[in-house]
Amino acid sequence: MRVNPRSVNTFAALCLNAQALFTVSILVVIICIIFIKGIANFNLEFILSYPEDMGRHGGIFPSIVGTFFLVLLSLLFAAPLGLGTAIYLTEYTRESRLTTLVRFGVESLAGVPSIIYGLFGFIFFVIKLKMGWSLLAGSLTMTIMILPTIIRTSEEAIKSVPASFRRVSYSLGATRWETTTRVVLPCAAPGILTGIMLSVGRTISETAAVIFTMGSSLRLPTSLMDSGRTMAVHFYILAREGISLEKAYATALVLVLIILSINAVAYYLMHRITSRYS
Amino acid sequence: MTSPNAATRERLVSLTLTVFAFSSLFFLFLIFLFILIEGLPLFFKAGIKHIILGFKWAPTRGSFGIFPMIVSSCMVTVGALLIGAPLGLGCAIYLAEYAGKQGRIYLKPSLELLAGIPSVVYGFLGVVYIVPVIREYLGGSGFSLLTTSLVLGIMILPTVISISYDALMSVPRSYREGSLAMGATKWQTVYRVVVPSARSGILASFILGMGRAVGETMAVIMVAGNALKIPSGVLEPLRTLTSNIALELAYASGDHRMGLFSTGVVLLIIIMILNYIANFVIRRKVLK
Repeated sequence: MRVNPRSVNTFAALCLNAQALFTVSILVVIICIIFIKGIANFNLEFILSYPEDMGRHGGIFPSIVGTFFLVLLSLLFAAPLGLGTAIYLTEYTRESRLTTLVRFGVESLAGVPSIIYGLFGFIFFVIKLKMGWSLLAGSLTMTIMILPTIIRTSEEAIKSVPASFRRVSYSLGATRWETTTRVVLPCAAPGILTGIMLSVGRTISETAAVIFTMGSSLRLPTSLMDSGRTMAVHFYILAREGISLEKAYATALVLVLIILSINAVAYYLMHRITSRYS
Repeated sequence: MTSPNAATRERLVSLTLTVFAFSSLFFLFLIFLFILIEGLPLFFKAGIKHIILGFKWAPTRGSFGIFPMIVSSCMVTVGALLIGAPLGLGCAIYLAEYAGKQGRIYLKPSLELLAGIPSVVYGFLGVVYIVPVIREYLGGSGFSLLTTSLVLGIMILPTVISISYDALMSVPRSYREGSLAMGATKWQTVYRVVVPSARSGILASFILGMGRAVGETMAVIMVAGNALKIPSGVLEPLRTLTSNIALELAYASGDHRMGLFSTGVVLLIIIMILNYIANFVIRRKVLK
């Protein structure tokens, strides 16, 4: 039997359309569920008050503070390291065996699953370096985990700066470092920021690597050596131990709202950089 | 003229950046070193065969068999791929060939957002919405191989879509134009010309998706049921390598903890093999 290629064509287009629609609807459904179920318990009091009775009542203020400082510290370590690596790979070397080696390291780190980071952070930072379950151990672990994201996106951003910009700068007598900091980096800034936003999102969402390095104390962390519970870990514990589904949904809502705004900012920045040079 | 001062600064900057660049390699080395230091001794003490092929996991009583978990990890990975690969590839094709510029503006960011949703949220929604449906209509406890594959299948979609999409977009436009000019329909062009040209990138996206599925932990713990045996059907509960580590690390000590690091060693080896294959597949394309 011969099938009319035109009807196959129409049918295939329909199928692909349906697949894309289905995938987008998964996202929409997830976000809608979190909004509808979480909104009832989501208010200013939930954000600003302390949890009571293991999180059954009260809010998530210490978790918000813990998450904030985890993100801040991880970025403090990872941003200079990552950006430095990206600058090294793009501005300071030619492609050689060394850069291949560095890239191999970055790619391999990106593929390591988060539970392995958790295992490593636990044995190295928490136990061997005697940091205990602490903000410091958590943020050092997350630093290594987000490093590949920052390196890759920064490298892409720096590469997208036209070579003519650099040539002009060099011809004016600027050194390599002056060219990098005054010409290349300002132009690449939106792309670099996109990478940083994405790693913020990754840190906020992470559970496996954080729970074994930062611990899950419900108290407000007041020093680097204090344990803390990020929102994602709090959500996991509330949901898994069945402590309070209502509070779990409300925590998930806070998480999703933050992730949504981060992605919106990242997308806006990305859009700006692609429209600038093309 | 570059002043001597500036020249010194240049050298200093160059040195610092080199040190920074090698930090990734250094961290990778540290991770391997410490996982191996903690995990390898047990392989010698209890025997490789005992661990890799052993069926019994009772770490406090000297049994460290993780064979069921290795099999379970492979099963959920294949399951995730069966669900995520066709769906993801379909989305990527739609995005690259059918959506047009206007459609892409809305579709691409929403598909990327799927990657941003925390994995614990996927796991939780799996427990609340997929587990009861499977228990109700298909039987079993609902915490099963099928549930885990469904949840992981959705979770690997962003990986499959974005890498396949890049591969499809890198196929030169002239290929499509040539095919269309010879009277082929759009689908014939996609199916016979574009997809075959992009196949190594598509394959790499599947393999990296598998890597994501093997490594996922928290979502799997929530929906897999965590039973210590090889599942005999798709509705049976199971425990993967990752869940084994996360479930017991908090309270394990001595040989028990070493057993968890041995589990980590096996996991790391599987991941490295998958990454190596993905890299190989991508590089072969570049050489061609």
